Parts: sequence; structure tokens; C-alpha cells
Amino acid sequence: MEIEKLIERLNPDERAILPYLTEKTLTKISEKSNLDKIRVLRALEFLNNKNIIKIKKTEKKIIDLGNNGVIYLRIGLPERRLLNLLSERKTLSLEEAREQGKLSENELKAGIGALKKKALIEVKKGKIIFIGALEEIEKRSLEEQLIESLPLPYDKLKPEQKLAFENLRKRKDIIEVNVEKEIKVDLTELGKQIITEDLTKLTKYKDMIEELTPEMIKKEEWKGKKFRKYDVVSKVPAINGGKKHFVNQAVEHARKIWLELGFKEMTSTLTQTSFWNFDALFTAQDHPVREMHDTFYIKNVEGKLPDKKLVGQVEKTHEKGISGSKGWKYSWNKEEARRIILRTHTTALSAHTLASLRNLKNKKGKFFAIGKCFRNETLDWSHEFEFNQTEGIVVDKDANFKHLLGYLKEFFKKMGFKNIRFAPAYFPYTEPSVEISAWNEERKVWLELGGAGIFRPEVVVPLLGEYIPVLAWGPGFDRILMDYYNIKDMREMYKNDLTKLRKIKFWV
Amino acid sequence: MAVVTFPRKEFEKVIGKIDEKMQERITMFGTPLEFLTDEEVGIEIFPNRPDLYSLQSYLRSFLAFLGKKTGLKKYKAHKPEKNYEVIIDKSVKDVRPYTACAIVKNLKFDDEKIKEVIDIQEKIHSTLGRNRKKIAIGIYPLEKIDLPIKFEARKSQDIKFQPLESQKEMTASQILRQHPTGREYAHLLQGKEKFPIFVDSKGEILSMPPIINSEKTGKITEKTKDIFIECSGSDFEILKKTLNILVTMLAEMGGKIYQMKLRYKKEELTPDLQPEKMKISIEEANKLLGLSLQEKQIKKLLEKMGYNYNSKNNEVEIPAWRTDILHPVDIYEDIAIAYGYENFLPEIPSIATIGEEAKEEKIIRKISEILTGLGLIEINTHHLLTKQDIKKTGLKPKIEVENSKTDYKILRLSLLPSTLRVLSKNIDAEYPQKIFEVGVVFDKDDKQETGIKESKHLAIAITPGNFTELKQIFEYLARMLALEFKIEETEKENFIEGRVGKILLKDKELGFLGEVHPSLLKSWNLKMPLTYLELSLEEIFGSLS
Repeated sequence: MEIEKLIERLNPDERAILPYLTEKTLTKISEKSNLDKIRVLRALEFLNNKNIIKIKKTEKKIIDLGNNGVIYLRIGLPERRLLNLLSERKTLSLEEAREQGKLSENELKAGIGALKKKALIEVKKGKIIFIGALEEIEKRSLEEQLIESLPLPYDKLKPEQKLAFENLRKRKDIIEVNVEKEIKVDLTELGKQIITEDLTKLTKYKDMIEELTPEMIKKEEWKGKKFRKYDVVSKVPAINGGKKHFVNQAVEHARKIWLELGFKEMTSTLTQTSFWNFDALFTAQDHPVREMHDTFYIKNVEGKLPDKKLVGQVEKTHEKGISGSKGWKYSWNKEEARRIILRTHTTALSAHTLASLRNLKNKKGKFFAIGKCFRNETLDWSHEFEFNQTEGIVVDKDANFKHLLGYLKEFFKKMGFKNIRFAPAYFPYTEPSVEISAWNEERKVWLELGGAGIFRPEVVVPLLGEYIPVLAWGPGFDRILMDYYNIKDMREMYKNDLTKLRKIKFWV
Repeated sequence: MAVVTFPRKEFEKVIGKIDEKMQERITMFGTPLEFLTDEEVGIEIFPNRPDLYSLQSYLRSFLAFLGKKTGLKKYKAHKPEKNYEVIIDKSVKDVRPYTACAIVKNLKFDDEKIKEVIDIQEKIHSTLGRNRKKIAIGIYPLEKIDLPIKFEARKSQDIKFQPLESQKEMTASQILRQHPTGREYAHLLQGKEKFPIFVDSKGEILSMPPIINSEKTGKITEKTKDIFIECSGSDFEILKKTLNILVTMLAEMGGKIYQMKLRYKKEELTPDLQPEKMKISIEEANKLLGLSLQEKQIKKLLEKMGYNYNSKNNEVEIPAWRTDILHPVDIYEDIAIAYGYENFLPEIPSIATIGEEAKEEKIIRKISEILTGLGLIEINTHHLLTKQDIKKTGLKPKIEVENSKTDYKILRLSLLPSTLRVLSKNIDAEYPQKIFEVGVVFDKDDKQETGIKESKHLAIAITPGNFTELKQIFEYLARMLALEFKIEETEKENFIEGRVGKILLKDKELGFLGEVHPSLLKSWNLKMPLTYLELSLEEIFGSLS
């Protein structure tokens, strides 16, 4: 019964080769079954999976004729041609030998060498003199015998054939050694049982349905017939599909979280004036982050500042302070604020958003952004000059620090981080400020995920026109992403190795 | 990022064993523990707290945080003795207008302490001092100096002294040109006609700030007991604070602080260790933090952070060495730190808001869904290109960034070079390769706030590709978005003549599609035929919303 079931699962090719499995080699099975080698091989692999046979891959050295060998087989080896000439005249000049024997310089040399070795000739003053016994001329040499019997497997060579092979191998292109990979098949116990079954029974399976065709469906030809069972376990060749870039998949995942939490998306340009990126965020003009060392400034482009009222407020905030603040106490420079940079954080977008709420009566809302930011960095396994950040702000007169922690905790929980820690931190534009870390169980360390805080009044008042608490965060995104995809080298992020892109798992 | 390293033994002598709990306390004080070895404790100090750079001052604040020795620590500043004067000449006004000075006596220096004093100077120079631009500190053994001291500016040839680490006397310009430290900081005095110096009453030059001290008078040794300290720069307030950080640290080492008379137009006395006062509101603090603390509790928390609180007038006394308190919110944060970040219960308020995806992003998402549905793979490339990329594509650079640390310095005008680069890196990957990207490209435009117009482009590349397949993909995309495009034959550099079409939407040209010319393939080492499409999405965003 077991065997019956197994036979039902054999596909036509498997069935076709079944009677010839005792032939043991791929080549023979292919010949006998009249199937090409690739089809036989596939069928053999299926049979191997079903434990009917064991496939053994072996390598065989085959000795065969080389290019010259093929010619010599027809016209004779150079030494044979020399001997033929010498059988007529016992002495030949080298010149005559070359011309009459149609030998090239190399062939002549080789021929002389071979005959000398057998002590049949000697060369004196440019003449070849036959010195052997006459019957030697008639005798076919071992080398001649060998080339007539090729191809031969190396391990089947008799000792005298091996000697001839060694001699010929040193000469140009007469013989060559090919490595033939041979697939050998051994029947397992199960296999032996199957083929001892009445193999004529196999014919009854010829009526089994292979591929179901529209024709069969239409004519109901399948009725009363059996479907050949497929091997559903065997491996099939891999295919790949279209796919979003893994960074964008992660970005999309995060975007969905913010949308679920009721946030509205902010967008803006990658280039920004320093005003929006720094000044509006109360970052003093001599702050180290504003140096070219850290920030990409754009050459030969100058930006415009927003309305005078806003600029004036920001100026005053930096110079003298605003709404109870002492300010940074220095002379604020408009030109510096006009310089164009590649945004260093998405917080620039929050500054724009706050300014856009300025003229509304009801200044509140929840906003988020996810996007590329830039820093003037080298490029190696731990540095990238482009990185992703996710930004969020909550503008609400009742918002407080606990809410800030609440939103962050929820976001990171949805991103897959369960054990989160909040610790004090410092950013020029938030107070209080907080650093979010996640516990990494594998490495037993807290990994920093990013910063957050409540915008300082020095940020909010000039932009919004009044003080309303604004919860704000801007964790970098790439560390989360690398953690998820188990990427160790930052350069992998934008390398676009298509083989890897085809293989990388989806963000789920 | 400033990481300070303290000797573990000294540290544990004062606060006890650094066990796991103590490690957590250090981080929750707002000073993340960076590393811990048998000998050393490495702690990150954020740039707003230069007053924590030295072991003595760190322990002063941290002990209070742990609930020991809380409240504002008072230090006595003795009145100036006779001659304790610094005369500020008006000539310094254009180079380095301010100085704040003090004398500290009765010190006992050893190697360890001398190193600490040098370390804190360097830390302050590189952070708060903006590499000596804003603050330069000088410390001198008092016994080698004859008071009073004058702070003045002189021409180079009138300045001659033997700078530290030098064998001979040099003029100001020689120091700036030849001395290693001089060369490092020369840019801070660039273009000045006169250079600032401190000079004693005998005419001995003590130093030329912010560059270097004199070998004769500017070096403290184990024998030094009394010292003269000066901080010079452009912002008197910050200089006074810096001086306070230094003298209170020295007082913690056992020194006695003396004030000096600073003879500006109006006389000043420094150091001034009187605490600053700032009014806070209990209600505001509670509201911001989401707590409901009693005034008494807040007073206690403030004392843990080294403040005093006066409930009569709601005034907080701020240590004279804190540089970071600009606004009551800065004090509220310290209340939160003392309360413990770990003790806040995260909470999401129950306010209904409606989430909204940006329209552009939604359309981009749809486009990539359509294209991935056709089996295309999305790539994601840098916005910055190398000069090589531009040259190989036969383009000219237009917008460049300054001082890039890598070869990537050109903002891309088109997605073509990025796409070609990806294909050229993948010549050994499986074919066919069908890829796409939606990315930002840049062009100059005076009408924009930033002088640069950014547009989102779509690029599709198929290799080995034929025109029909690319056009099929494009037309499928257009049908799915219900957009009616027109394609007209056109010519384009880098593309085969007669095999390029421009794409029009309502008679506006948005992009093109075509077969790339073999000469361009060659310059990128590409071996397979390539068809390419690039399309601006800006109009599409407009017509779909």
C-alpha cells in the first residue's frame, strides 16, 4: 500500500526512468530513457527526496585526444611518419625529413626525440641514421596504441597505457584530461522494492492526469481518472517580487503609527534657511552645531527671511530674551540667519508649523513628520551624512511632561520597543528635555533612541505669538531600522545592492 | 559631547560604592554614565552644565541630588586686599574687551590637582568658551607677579616675552606664526592691529590671551600656594560665571577666595558669588510637569538640585556658577530631575484629534504600490552626488555644499546619475533589473525662500530594457492614476535619437522616457541596453488633489 501510494506520486519523468535506475549513471539513464540529462536530473532529485534512490556525485578523469591528437590519429604521429621515410632509405637529412615527412620544426624534434629514446636512430652531422632492427619499423608503438583506443577513463589505464599517457602528455596537444562529473544512483531498500514490483503495473499510471488543462475541464475528461499526486514538499526555484525599499517600508510603518495616534503630517523642503533650522529654535548663532564642520551649507545661495515681525521677535529673543527669559545676550546677525543649509533635523518643520498657527484663534494640534536630514559626516560603517528622523509636536494649552512621555512610550511600543527608559538630557530648544533609550536584551545595554522635550518659551512665543506648551520630539530613525533589519553597517542603508534588496524581509 | 573622567576611588570615597543602583542615579541626574572601570568613572556632561566638569563641583551637586548636603552651597569671597586690582585699558575694547579676575590663596597642589586644573580649563575652552573665542582662562602663581595688573592691547613689536614651551623671547606676530599653540589660535586675532596682554606693575608680560601664557609667570607647580586667575572674552556675564565655576572648585580644594577690583570705566568686583534670584510659580511648574506638588515638596526638590527657595516671595536662589538658567522653565526641569524622571507616569490625554497624511505622500505611496505591483524594486539613493557622477553622466554641477567631508558635494538636478550609479554597482546581479525611485531634485530659483526649488521626481529604469515595455509601465501607471498624458517625439542628450519621447500633461512638459545611448552606458560601464523614464510629480500632486 505504501508503495502503491508512492508510485501514485511519481511524475511521468520519474516513472519513465524508474526501469533504468539499475543503470546507475546519469548518462546511461538518459540514453535508455530517451530523456535529456536535465530532465533526468530533476527526476532523480525528486526520487532522492522520496528516498527511493541515493544520489552520489562523483568525478571521473577521462583521457581523450587533443587537437593534434585528432590529426595524428589520421596521419600518424611524427615518429611514425619519420619511420615510414626511414624504411625506404636508412639515412635522411633533417631537411629531407622535414619536407618529405611534412613535419614542422617542433614535430621533427618530437619525432626524433621519441625515436632516439627507443634507440632506433641517431643524428650525426645533420643526418638521421636508422640503427634499429627492421622489424621494429612494423611494430606499433604504445603511444600509437593508446591514441587509437581513446577515450579512456584514467583509473582504467593499464600500466603500459599509463606509460604511453605520461609520454604523450608532455607533448603539445596530443591528449587532454577531462574531468567528467558523473551522477551515480544507488537504489535504496525502498527503491529495490519498488522496482521488484511488477513494473508493467506502471503503465496503468499512464492514464493519471498530469496538468489539468482547460480542455479537460471543458470536456470533463478528468472524470473517472486519477490525478497524479505532486511532491508538495520538494524545493522549487526561488522567485522575487516587486518591493518597496526597506527604509521606506519602515518610514511607512512609522507614518501609520502617527496617523493612528491622530497626528497630521507636516512636509517641507530639505533645504532650509538657517533661520528656520536654528534661529527660530533658539540655537545661538555661535553654537557649535552651526559650524560648517557639522552642517552642510550651500554655496552661493542666499535665502529670504519671513515677515519682519517674526524676525524681530526672534532677534529680540536671542539678544535680550522674551517672556521672562534672559536670552543669549549677543548681537544677532540677520545675514547668518539667511544662509542656506541642508536641514539638520526635522525640527525645522515644527518651527514652520508653529509659525503657521500664529494667526489662528485656536492654536492647537498634533503634527508629525518623517524625513531625511543631513550632517556633514564621513561615510563608514557607523557614519552616514544622510539620516532619517521622525518628528512630532503636540500644541495644547493643557499638554504636560507626562503626556510627552505617554506619546513617546506609545510610539516606541508600536515600533516594537517594550522596555523604554526616559532620562534627563539637554537640547537648546527644549526644557525639560528627555533622552529615550530602549533596553537591548541581547547586548544588555540601554540603546539611545533619541531626544524629546517641551519647547522653551523662547521658541514658542516668537513663533506662536504666545506661550502654549508644545511637546516635541525628534528621534533619529535609522538606529531603530538597523536594529529591525539587523544591519550592522550604515552604508548598507543606501547601497541599493539589488540582490540584497530582493532578499530582505518586509517590515511587518 | 564632553565626557569627563573621574578617579573612581576619590568618587566612591564621597558617595559610596558605585553599584547598579548608583549607576542608575548618575544617569538620572542628567549626567549619563558612559563607562566604569576599576580606576575610572566616565560621565557625560551636557554643554549646559560646565559647572560639573570638575570632580569637586560634580560631587557638590551630586551629593545634594542624593539628598545629602542639600541647598545652596555658600562660599566666602574675601574683600580685595590692597593692590588686588586689574586696570582695564580702553585699548582692549576692539580686541578682547572684558576680563573677570580673582585671587585664590592657601592652595596645596599636587600632580593630580594640577592636572585637574588644566583639564577643566581645556574643557571650558572647548565647550562654553567656543575654542577660546568666547572665553580664555589664565592661571598664574601669585608670587611671581607684582600687583596691580594691567589688561591692555599693544602693537606686535611692543609685545615681547617667552611663551610657554619655548626657549626664547618672541614678539606677538612671531608667536602667532611660529609657536604651535600660536598658530592653532592665530585666527582668533586675525586682522587685529593690537594684541591683548596682561602685564604686571613691573612691566612683566604675563600672557597674551586667548593664545598663551608666559613661561616665566604662567605655570603653576607643586610649590604654588596662591594664584591669580583671569578669564577674558567678549561677554562679561559669561566670564563672571566661568570665574565662579573656577574659584568655587578651588575653594572645594581648600583655597581661600579673594575678590579683585576691576578698574573699568565703572569699577567692578569679581568674583561675585551672590546667588542670582528668579521668581517661579508653583502652579506653572506643576502644570508643565503634570504634577500636583506642594510648595514644601518643591522647596525640597529644589534644595536637592543645589538651590534655595524662599516661600515668602517665591524666589529661587541660583548658584552663582550656573550658566544655564535663562528662564523659570530651566528651574522646572531641575524640579523634574530631582523628582525623578522614572517617577513620572506616562499618560496619553483623551483628546480627539484626526490624523491626516500629507497628500503628496499619499500619492507617492500609491505610485509605488502600482509600480511594485508590476514587479519593480524601489531604490533609495543619496541626494548628494560626487563630481565624478555628474561628469560621467555628461552634466554640469549647479548647486554645491561647502566643506563636505566626503566626495559627495553636489545636490542632484536629476535622478539619472543616482540610477546609473545603482545599475553600475549591480552589473552582476540577476537580470532583468527593473527599478524605480521617487526622490527630490534641486534647482536654483530666486523666487523660493531658500533660493532653491525642490521637486519630487519619479525615475524608472529597465535593463535589459525595450522602449515598449517602459511605455507599457508608464501607461499603466497613468491609467491607474486616471491621468491623461501625451507623449511626443523629442531629442535628448544621452538618449538614442528617435527613441525618446517627452511626457506632457495638459501641454506642460513633465519629463521624458527613452532608450539610453550606448555611449552613456559605456561611460558607466553598463553592459545591457537600458530604458529610462524621469517625471516630475509636482504637477501630478496638483491635479490629483
